[in-house]
Amino acid sequence: MRTPLLFRTLALFDTTGWIATGLFVAIMLVLLPLLHLALPEQSPFYVSSYVIALLGKILCYAIVAVAMDLIWGYGGILSLGHGVFFALGGYAFGMYLMRAIGHDGVYQSDLADFMVFLDWKAYPWYWSGTEYILWSLVLVVAVPAFLAITFGFFAFRSRIKGVYFSIITQAMTYAFMLLFFRNETGFGGNNGFTDFKRILGIPITSPGMRVGLFMLSGLTLLMTLLLCRYLVTSKFGRVLTAIRDAESRVMFLGYNPLWYKLTAWTISAVLCGIAGALYVPQVGIINPSEMSPANSIEIAIWVAVGGRATLWGPVLGAFIVNLAKSYFSVAFPDYWLFFLGSLFVVVTLFLPDGVLGLWKRLRSRVRRRT
Amino acid sequence: MPPWFKKKQQRGFGSGDAGYARLVDNSAVDLSHGVILYLEDITVSFDGFKALDRLTLSIDDGELRCIIGPNGAGKTTMMDCITGKTRPDSGSAYFGQAMDLTRMTEPEIAAMGIGRKFQKPTVFERHSVFENLELALKRDKRVRYSLVAQVDDEVRDRVSDTLQRIRLEGEAERMAGLLSHGQKQWLEIGMLLMQEPRLLLLDEPVAGMTDDETERTAELFQSLAGQHSLVVVEHDMAFVASIASIVTVLHEGRVLAEGTLDKVQNEPQVIEVYLGR
Ligand SMILES: Nc1ncnc2c1ncn2[C@@H]1O[C@H](COP(=O)(O)OP(=O)(O)OP(=O)(O)O)[C@@H](O)[C@H]1O
Ligand SMILES: [Mg+2]
Repeated sequence: MRTPLLFRTLALFDTTGWIATGLFVAIMLVLLPLLHLALPEQSPFYVSSYVIALLGKILCYAIVAVAMDLIWGYGGILSLGHGVFFALGGYAFGMYLMRAIGHDGVYQSDLADFMVFLDWKAYPWYWSGTEYILWSLVLVVAVPAFLAITFGFFAFRSRIKGVYFSIITQAMTYAFMLLFFRNETGFGGNNGFTDFKRILGIPITSPGMRVGLFMLSGLTLLMTLLLCRYLVTSKFGRVLTAIRDAESRVMFLGYNPLWYKLTAWTISAVLCGIAGALYVPQVGIINPSEMSPANSIEIAIWVAVGGRATLWGPVLGAFIVNLAKSYFSVAFPDYWLFFLGSLFVVVTLFLPDGVLGLWKRLRSRVRRRT
Repeated sequence: MPPWFKKKQQRGFGSGDAGYARLVDNSAVDLSHGVILYLEDITVSFDGFKALDRLTLSIDDGELRCIIGPNGAGKTTMMDCITGKTRPDSGSAYFGQAMDLTRMTEPEIAAMGIGRKFQKPTVFERHSVFENLELALKRDKRVRYSLVAQVDDEVRDRVSDTLQRIRLEGEAERMAGLLSHGQKQWLEIGMLLMQEPRLLLLDEPVAGMTDDETERTAELFQSLAGQHSLVVVEHDMAFVASIASIVTVLHEGRVLAEGTLDKVQNEPQVIEVYLGR
C-alpha cells in the first residue's frame, strides 16, 4: 500500500527541520510583511521598503542556492554557469514587464524604448505573445529548461565531468552574456530591461505589490526546499548521490546516469529561472551582467559557505554572504571581493561542510560533554 | 479501467508485481546451445600494447569457471569488455546466442542480467548497507520509476534475506564506508545477488578475506552455480581448487591453457609463466 501524501510530506523533515520551516514561515511570510504594511513609518519596529527589497532579493538568491545544492551537493556536478538560467528566467519575465510599460516609456511608443532607439518598427518574432503574463511565465520555465536539456544532454552523454564540466558551463554563461550584450539580439543590449511600471495593472512600486512579490519569493523558496527535499530523500536521490560517489558502479547496476543527471540538472535550471523571474521585478532591472562568469561562481560560494548537500545550508549561505555584501558595499566598497575571496578560502580549508556543518559539529560536541 | 492503466498492467506494473517492466527478461537470452557467454577473437590494445590478443572463450550456462593468470594477463580487461566498459578493437562478445555485447551500453548490459564485482571493492561508501542493497535490487531502473519508488515490505524482505546470506544482519544501518575490507567484499557480492543476474563476473572476490570468510564465499558460489553462471578471477589457488571444475589460464591476453586445475597446473607452459616471474 502506498503511504498517503500527507504522511510522506510530514516525513520530509525531522522535528528540527519543521521548526526551522515554521520559523521561516512566521518571519518571512507573516511578521515582516505585517511590520512593513501595518506599522507607521515612525514606529521603531517598522520594516522599511529597503529591507523588504533587500530580503526579497536574497530570497531569490536562496532559491538559486538550493537549486545549485541539488546538482552540486547531491549530484556532484559543479555548475559554474547557473547564472545563465537565472538571467534567462529574468529576461523571460522582463519581456512581459517591458510590454506592460505600454505607452508610458520615454518615447511613448508601443515598442520598448531601446527598440525605438534602434529604429525598429515592430517587435521581433520571439517577443510575440509576451504581452500576456501567462505566456511569459511559460517562457520563464521553458527557456531555461530547453537550454538545460540540450546542453545537459550532450555534456552528460559525452561523460564530461568534474572540472571540464565546470569550465564549459563558464564558457556557456560567458557566451550568453556576449550574445545579450549585442543590441541586435533584441534584449536591450548592455542596458537590458529597466523602468518597469506595473504588473497586471498594479504599480510595481506600490507597497502591496512589493510585499506580494516578497511573500511569493518566500513561498517559492519554501516549495523549492520541499521539492528538493522530496527528491533527495526518494530513491531518485539515493541514485543521484550514488552517481556522485561512484558513477561507474551505478551503471553496472543497470541505471543510466545520463537521465538521472539530466533530470536533476533540468529541475535545478528551471528553479533558477523561476527565481530570476521573481528577482527582476523586485530589483527593477535585468542586464547581461547577471550572466557574467563571476556571478555564477558566487552562487557556488553561497552553497559552499552554507554547507553542501544540506539544502538548508545554502539558504543560510545565501543570506550570510549577501547580507555581508550589502554591508560591505556601503562600508568598504573596495574590499568586498577580497572579503568574498578569503571567505571562500577559509570555508574550503576549514569548514568543508560549511556553516551548517560547523553548527552540527559544535552541537554534537556539547551533547557529548553533557 | 482507463486504457493506459491496462497497458501498464500488461507490462508488469500491476498490483503485487513490483514493476519489472523493461527488465531482465531472462527468456530474452537465447540459451538454445547451452552457451551463456561467447567471446570470439577479442583484441584490445592500449597505445599499441595488446591487453587482449584475439581472446576466444566460451562459458556454458550454469557453469562456474575460474580464470587465473599472472598480473597483467588481461583478466580485468576481459571483464571490462563483457560489461561494456571497454570497447574491443575487434572481435565479438555474445551473451546467449544472439545478443552482441559490444554494441550495448553498461546499463543495458547490466539490465540484461550481467552483474559484476570489481577487483577493488566498490560499494557506495556514503550510503548505508541497506541502501546499497536497495539500489542494487532488480527493479525498473528508469528515472520515472525511481522518483516514486517506495521502500515497501517486499524490498525490506529481499534486503534482509540478502543481509542474512552475506552475514551483515546487524550492519544494515551502518555506512558502507565503515565496513572492513572483507565485509565490503561481501556487501558487493550481496549487491550482485540483489540484481539477480544470469551471469556473475567476480574479480578477485576473496582478496582481503579471512580464511573463514573465504571458505564461506566458496560455499556461496557453489550454491549459486547451476541457476547462475559464474566467472571468477582469482589468484588464491586454494580457493580456486575448492570451487572450480574448469580453469582457464590467461597470459598476455590469450588463453594459455584450459581444463581441470590439476591438468593445467601440470602443463609446462603454465609452469613456465608462473615460475618465470
Ligand atoms: N586503461 C588502460 N590503459 C593502459 N593500459 C591498460 C589499461 N588497462 C589495463 N592496461 C594494461 O593492460 C594489461 C592487462 O591489464 P588487466 O588489468 O586486465 O590485468 P589483470 O589480468 O587484471 O591483472 P591483475 O591480476 O593485476 O589484476 C596490463 O598490462 C595493464 O597495464
Ligand atoms: Mg585485474
